[in-house]
Formats: sequence, C-alpha cells, structure tokens
Amino acid sequence: MNLLEIKNLSLFKEGRPILNNLSMDIWEGHVHAIIGPNGAGKSTLANTIMGLSGYRDFEGDVLFEGKSIKALPVDERARKGITLLFQEPARFEGLGVSQFILAGAKEKSRAVVEDALQHAGLSPEKYMKRAVDKTLSGGERKRIELASIYAMKPRLVLMDEPDSGVDIDSVKYIFAVIKELRHRGSTIILITHSPEVLKHADHAFLICAGTLVDKGEMSRMFDYFNGKCVPCVHVGQPTVDAAVQPLAAN
Amino acid sequence: MAEQAIVDKEALLEELLASINQHKFTPDVAHVEIHGNQVLNKNLVDGLMVEAESIEDGVKVHIRVKSGVTLKNPVNFCFGLIPENGVQRIIIDTVIGEGAHAKFIANCTFPNAVNIQHLMNATITVEKGASLSYFERHVHGPNGGVTIVPVTKVSVGEDARFSTEFELIKGAAGVVELEYAAEVAKNATVDMMTRIFGREGDRIHIKEAAHLSGEGSTGVLTSHIALKNRASATIENELIADAPYARGHVDCKEIVQDDARARAIPVVQVNNHLAHVTHEAAIGSVDSKQLETLLSRGLTEDEATDLIIQGLLS
Repeated sequence: MNLLEIKNLSLFKEGRPILNNLSMDIWEGHVHAIIGPNGAGKSTLANTIMGLSGYRDFEGDVLFEGKSIKALPVDERARKGITLLFQEPARFEGLGVSQFILAGAKEKSRAVVEDALQHAGLSPEKYMKRAVDKTLSGGERKRIELASIYAMKPRLVLMDEPDSGVDIDSVKYIFAVIKELRHRGSTIILITHSPEVLKHADHAFLICAGTLVDKGEMSRMFDYFNGKCVPCVHVGQPTVDAAVQPLAAN
Repeated sequence: MAEQAIVDKEALLEELLASINQHKFTPDVAHVEIHGNQVLNKNLVDGLMVEAESIEDGVKVHIRVKSGVTLKNPVNFCFGLIPENGVQRIIIDTVIGEGAHAKFIANCTFPNAVNIQHLMNATITVEKGASLSYFERHVHGPNGGVTIVPVTKVSVGEDARFSTEFELIKGAAGVVELEYAAEVAKNATVDMMTRIFGREGDRIHIKEAAHLSGEGSTGVLTSHIALKNRASATIENELIADAPYARGHVDCKEIVQDDARARAIPVVQVNNHLAHVTHEAAIGSVDSKQLETLLSRGLTEDEATDLIIQGLLS
C-alpha cells in the first residue's frame, strides 16, 4: 500500500527545473532510498515533501494516505506523521535536550527521553541536562535530532544524509534507530550518498538532474556505487557503455 | 503599637518571599530581606558581614566577605516593594576579600507595581584571587509600572573572577536602564550575562562595558533579549582590551516579534597587538532553521517560537 505518492512533481528555482516531472510511490512500512549525484535534487525532494519554506510552490501533487498535502504547512504535515531529519541539524541556544526531544513526542515523560537517547547511543545521564547548542558536536546534535524523531513515533521519516557528521563508531546507532523505527511501523526515506546507508534500504530511486532515471531493489541499485549508471548527459557520469539498463520512468 | 509593627513586618516578609516562591532558609544559609527602606530580616554566617542603614527612600548596605573565606552556600538577598507605588533606592558597597569565594543570589520583586522606581547604585570589589558569582532575578507584576535603574561598577583584582547574570523574564519589564562597567586586572575574568523578555510597551536599555586592562585578562559580555508587542531595546556592549593576551567576546542576540524594535551597538577595541576581541550580534525574527525543525515535529509556529525564546532566555 502506498503511504506517499509523488505525482508529476516539478519544482523550479530561478526558472531552472530542480525537480522535473518526478513520480514515485512510497510503500508503507518499507525503507526507501533516494540516491543520485550532488545537485540531483535529492534534498530538494525531501524538503518539498516536508513543505519547507521555499519548497511549497511546485507543479504536480504529493498525496499522503491518498490525500493531497500540497496546501498543508509544515506543522500540519508533521501532525499527520511526516517528519524530516535535517542534513545539518539546527543549534538551539539554551534549549534543553529533554525539552527538544519531547517537543514532538505524543507522550511527555522522562522515560520517553531516556529511551530515545539510549536508542541513539547517547547516555541519558550525560545528555539530559545539556542544551542543543554549540557545545555539542554536529554528530551529537544529529543523534539528538534522531532521538527526537524516535520519540515522535512518526508515520513517515525523511532522513537527509543520516550519517553525515557522525563518526564511524556512532553510525551503528543511526542504523539501529532506522531498524527500530521500521520495526515500529514507520516508513523511511533515506537520502544518501553512502553505500553503507543504502544497505539498510529495501528499494532505491536514482534521480539525476531532478529526473527519476532508475528504481528497483537494492541488489541492482548498488551498481550506481560500483561506477555503473544509466545513460546520463551530465558531466562526470559514466559512459553509456558502462551503464546499466535504464528503467523507463514509471 | 510595637506588637502591631512586628506583625506587619512578618506579614511583609512573608508576602515578599512568597512573591519569589521562597519561604524558609535553613540556618546555615545567609539571607537578607529588605522592603523599601526597612531591613525585615537578616541571617549571617561566619566570614560574611552585612551592615544596612536606612535612608529616606531606601537603604545603604555594606557587604564584606572576609579574606580567605569560602562561603559554602549562596547568600540570598531579597529587595522589593509590595505596595503599588513607591521608590526603593539601594546603595551597595561589596568587597570580596583576597582569596575569598562567594555566590550571591538577589531577587528583586515588585509584584503589584503600578508606579515603582527601583534605583540601585552598586560598587563591587573582588580582590586578588577572589571570586564572586552574582545572580540577580527580577520578578515584576503583569502590568509593568516598574522603572529599574541599576548602575554597577566592578573592580576585578589580579587572578580574580566575577560573573553576573541579570534575569528579567517574568512579568512586564517596564523601563530598564541597566549599566554595568568592569575594570579587569591581570589574569582576571569577568563574565556578564543579561536575559530579558520585553513585552507590551517595555523599554530596555542595557549598557555593559568591560575594560581588560590587565595582561591575560578575559571578558565575555552576553545579552539575550526577546521582544514582542511594542517593546523596544537598545543594547550597548563595549569591550576594550589594552593588555597583552587579553581576550574578550561580545555576544548579543535579540529575537524581535510583532511591532517590537531592537538595536545593538557592540563596540570592540583593541589597543595592544597581542590582545584579541571578537563579537557576534544577531537581531531579528526567530531563526528559520530552528523554527522549521520544530514545525517538522508538529509544533505550531507560536509553540515553536515560544520554545526557542524559552531556550534563549534560559
């Protein structure tokens, strides 16, 4: 069953198409990945689904549980169960870790905070009294943001580069949260450059220049990271000879 | 008559402390409560001397922490006026003796203010190797009606530390004219923090200055102000470094909502090529990244803004 449907989505910035007639079906309970080169439009797609400022004016439609969310502001989309793990987490001067984690949680309790922090591999004792500010590293803030998403129990999580800024030893906690979110029934969309992250997805969409150029199961989509790609007009991409067979868009 | 006066004094004390949610102190905690020009209560501990003298519209207070003494618990001061109208002038002279260490907490409370002036003139001397941490919290009623004018001059001796926090978050700020100036000696440290929430027609003017005159001295001036409705604020932070290896930073953040207005005037000056001073100032609406993060957790814009402001002022 489709939880999210992206229908002929086009988004322009300064007259240039960033997303170009994209259509995707996101199956409920699955982990999906969106891969592609820098500037392909991956983050733009995530921001558009979330409805962030600057990403609201687009052609086409986005349906959540069969209904258009195009007109809904960010907070209303979030209250329907959609959320976003930002690539660069924000800093909140003075805002306590516990307050931040509980901001979007339906159940407000110390136990929820402790559980969320533990799942993100962060000691509650060490972090609960700290602020989500510049005294935390980018990787720590990312894991705290992930903890806040875990506490929120969302229906659909968009994760923009979930491993960026996170050290090698701590990446396992990111993967553990992805696994646990999925186990609890969340649908996940991973925006990634990383083969390691891609291993945690069931399916992937390859986009390039805002266009869907391939999609499929992971075993085949890994070819993108193996230097093979679909024919592409963009500089730096593999030649047609090295490319895998493209899938006709939809 | 005398008995009635005692009853009145006790009732005032109770009301004053209730307004700051403080009721009783244990005997090992030093505390002084002053209502208008009257000292209602006082409890001292070894090494701490507090002498208060009534003047027409307030009190003169001499505070001394003896050299080498470390006060175990913070000293609690409560200044205030329960009536709607009046003037309270506080003249304070504080000396933290050489090598002494103390923390002061001052609550200034005007819960029913309609037209009150709270005027404070303070001098603070932190002698060589000593430290003083001073926290001042203001509790005002919802209707403004308070004009507060604290003027403080601080001398921080060699290897000494002085930190101050001024908080006015609850109730209407009214008119605030806050002035702090510190002279900082060799290897000494000064840290000034101001947190104010201005609403309605509040008018706030903060002038903080530190002169890093000693080699290796450090200073940090921080102002976090949130303004809404028609409130206005002008923040002047001045940090002057004269000595080698002096280090300083000015941080001014102001969140402005509705028709509020904010102005920041950071002045940083270095008169020695081995000194280094930095500043950052951010004025405007709530940061969009912070806002969108909280919106994407399902908070409304108002809820998200309140949470961000709560953090800034915490």
